[in-house]
Amino acid sequence: MIPELGHFALILALCVTAVLGTLPLLGAHQGRREWIVLARPAAQAFFLLVATAFGALAWSFYSNDFSVTYVAEHSNSKLPTMYRLGAVWGGHEGSLLLWMFMLSGWTFAVAQLSRTLDDAMVARVLGVLGLVATSLLLFILLTSNPFGRLLPAAEDGNDLNPLLQDPGLVFHPPMLYMGYVGFSVAFAFAIAALLSGRLDAAWARWSRPWTTTAWIFLTLGIALGSWWAYYTLGWGGWWFWDPVENASFMPWLLGTALLHSLAVTEKRGTFKSWTVLLAIGAFSLSLLGTFLVRSGVLTSVHAFATDPRRGIFILVLLVLVVGSSLTLFAWRAPKVALGGSFALMSRETFLLAGNVLLVVACGSVLLGTLYPLFIDALNLGKISVGPPYFNAVFVPVMAPALFLMAVAPIARWKHADAKEMAQRLWIAGAVSVIAAFAIPLLMGGVTLLTALGFLLAFWVGGSMVLQIVRRFKAGVPPLSFWAMQLGHLGIAVFVIGITMVGGFQEEKDVRMEPGDTVLVGGHQFKFNGARQVMGPNYEASRGEFEVSKNGSVQQMLYPEKRKYFSSEMPMTNAAISPGITRDVYVSMGEPLEGKAWAVRVYFKPFVDWIWAGALLMALGGVCAVSDRRYRLRVKAAEAARITALQGATS
Amino acid sequence: MKNWKKRGAIIGGGLVVLGIASALVLNALNSNIALYVTPSEVAAGKSPHGQAFRIGGLVKDGSLKRDNLTVHFIVTDLAKDIPVSYTGILPDLFKEGKGAVVQGKLEANGNFVASEVLAKHDENYMPPQAKQALEQAQAGKDGAKP
Repeated sequence: MIPELGHFALILALCVTAVLGTLPLLGAHQGRREWIVLARPAAQAFFLLVATAFGALAWSFYSNDFSVTYVAEHSNSKLPTMYRLGAVWGGHEGSLLLWMFMLSGWTFAVAQLSRTLDDAMVARVLGVLGLVATSLLLFILLTSNPFGRLLPAAEDGNDLNPLLQDPGLVFHPPMLYMGYVGFSVAFAFAIAALLSGRLDAAWARWSRPWTTTAWIFLTLGIALGSWWAYYTLGWGGWWFWDPVENASFMPWLLGTALLHSLAVTEKRGTFKSWTVLLAIGAFSLSLLGTFLVRSGVLTSVHAFATDPRRGIFILVLLVLVVGSSLTLFAWRAPKVALGGSFALMSRETFLLAGNVLLVVACGSVLLGTLYPLFIDALNLGKISVGPPYFNAVFVPVMAPALFLMAVAPIARWKHADAKEMAQRLWIAGAVSVIAAFAIPLLMGGVTLLTALGFLLAFWVGGSMVLQIVRRFKAGVPPLSFWAMQLGHLGIAVFVIGITMVGGFQEEKDVRMEPGDTVLVGGHQFKFNGARQVMGPNYEASRGEFEVSKNGSVQQMLYPEKRKYFSSEMPMTNAAISPGITRDVYVSMGEPLEGKAWAVRVYFKPFVDWIWAGALLMALGGVCAVSDRRYRLRVKAAEAARITALQGATS
Repeated sequence: MKNWKKRGAIIGGGLVVLGIASALVLNALNSNIALYVTPSEVAAGKSPHGQAFRIGGLVKDGSLKRDNLTVHFIVTDLAKDIPVSYTGILPDLFKEGKGAVVQGKLEANGNFVASEVLAKHDENYMPPQAKQALEQAQAGKDGAKP
């Protein structure tokens, strides 16, 4: 009964979004008030209906209703409750429903939080979101209905893929989708602005907090995913350039460019067309990501569904979205007034250059991700493009972008003075050059990459310190100032993390018998043997390792090799001793003859700085969204509107 | 500065960035692509020489042998067998009778030395490349029959 209710709610949601995607848009075009005011209630109904459907599916998981095919395939009565909740999005159908739930949530939020925006604009924004929702609801109902029944009901479920039985599953997908889908709001604002022909600073100001919020979630989602891959699975790396990782990273790159471009549009009134293109691009890449994951065209850890119909549906949708938005852009953009002019040496130019570099970096990732698909589609053979390609392209493209990160905030708008900038920045330059050689030397060897990493990290950090010192002379800075500084500090911290790990990590695969020791990264690991332990739905061999440094025992580590009852699938659970300056990491390979085990031991200096950097970036985003200026401006806009209304009526 | 000059500088700068990026991309693609080859193609000598490539196929039942940390096994498309050796820890889902993809180089004696073994999917998942290799080999056998 409950699953049918969910299914029915989803069908009703489709009807509602079909209305939301047409009437308000037409109404705004023709000035029909009765159609314009439909937008908000329709958005609210959309959210309630999808929430009902989502709740129904979650309930089916919670109550172990194995008469629902999707539940039977992805859950099991022995599965702990937390993972049963996570299993809702542990497969294709459920993760699409999560996508839709997020979209309805964003739509609802726009409807609730845009009281001061004029009704026609709200109608357009919600209308565009309604169109997107309609197509994806059709997709869900036609090809991926999560509520299909299984007759007769299964006795017990197939269980969730053990790789997914981790707290990471509960947090990573919702965060990531929240960000992914959030770019649909930036997209809707851009399309609405194009439709109305009002591509102005006010539009940028409205769009900015939404874009930033989506970006925060995407940043956190990617970081969580990376951390999950690192601490579980025994893979030991933090980024693999897996096609699906790239699918989430590309919208992030464009989203970052969009944040900066929107700031210029709001403050200076320039870059309007560019901003609109970025908004379209970021959302299109989110859709492309969905296509890549769902179509099964890629060999990837994330590709669990292979149904060609699904891929083709999303591909057609992608072509429609990109095609129609670009057509609209080509039609409307020439009418967009040019903003203020600026000199070649100005903050605008530096920001534009940084933007271009981000877009180029995104393009190179896109190329590397899609190239094997093209080659295969053209029947030229099967190839794989691996991490070396991405590292070889990405580092040289991003290095100048990082260089500009320290320069742009120092430069003046419109016209910057090179001499003045050099006078302000030379200290940062000197410090970064010293750091570039001194730190790698202390750590044990200078290479091109480690020197470059420290050079850029200290260059960005140094510039930041100089800006903060100078800014304090003019009083306590506002939150928006800290937003930028935290965001850039996050990048510097992140770069230190990847430089340290990339340059100085140590990794050993060894055969160990009980009592054996191995020395990795100045730490001694002693294997005390493995024993059998039982978990709720698995049994495991748990190894015991004694980690000591300079003769004193620091910690005991207990990595596990698990075997899940339902699928007989082995699963590695690494044990990590985290630290600010280093992680040590032990994972069990396989049992060898006697009591010996194959063991993987890692020493990862500063690896946690990678995620700390992402966290700082997200924190910067939070500062940007909560800046007082937005609230004041909102109030000012409201006051202006009220006076205008009073003027009109009196 | 004149407006057209500035525009020229911006467009020129953009072109330079694009040019450098394309050069980087092409160069990186050239040296970092691994070709997928089926066991039958390797046996027929159609694999790249002196360059790393990937083989997709099944891990032959009963072929897995351990020698401390070095493992030896056979990757097959059910028509031809290729002996593979790998030193290190195998992924969790590596199993005899299941699909796998190995990346590495072919030695003169016909032994494939893998630097990477990929099998990180769920137990029922077959890497498309492995599946295709099997299908191709099957088609070859059927075609050979009169």
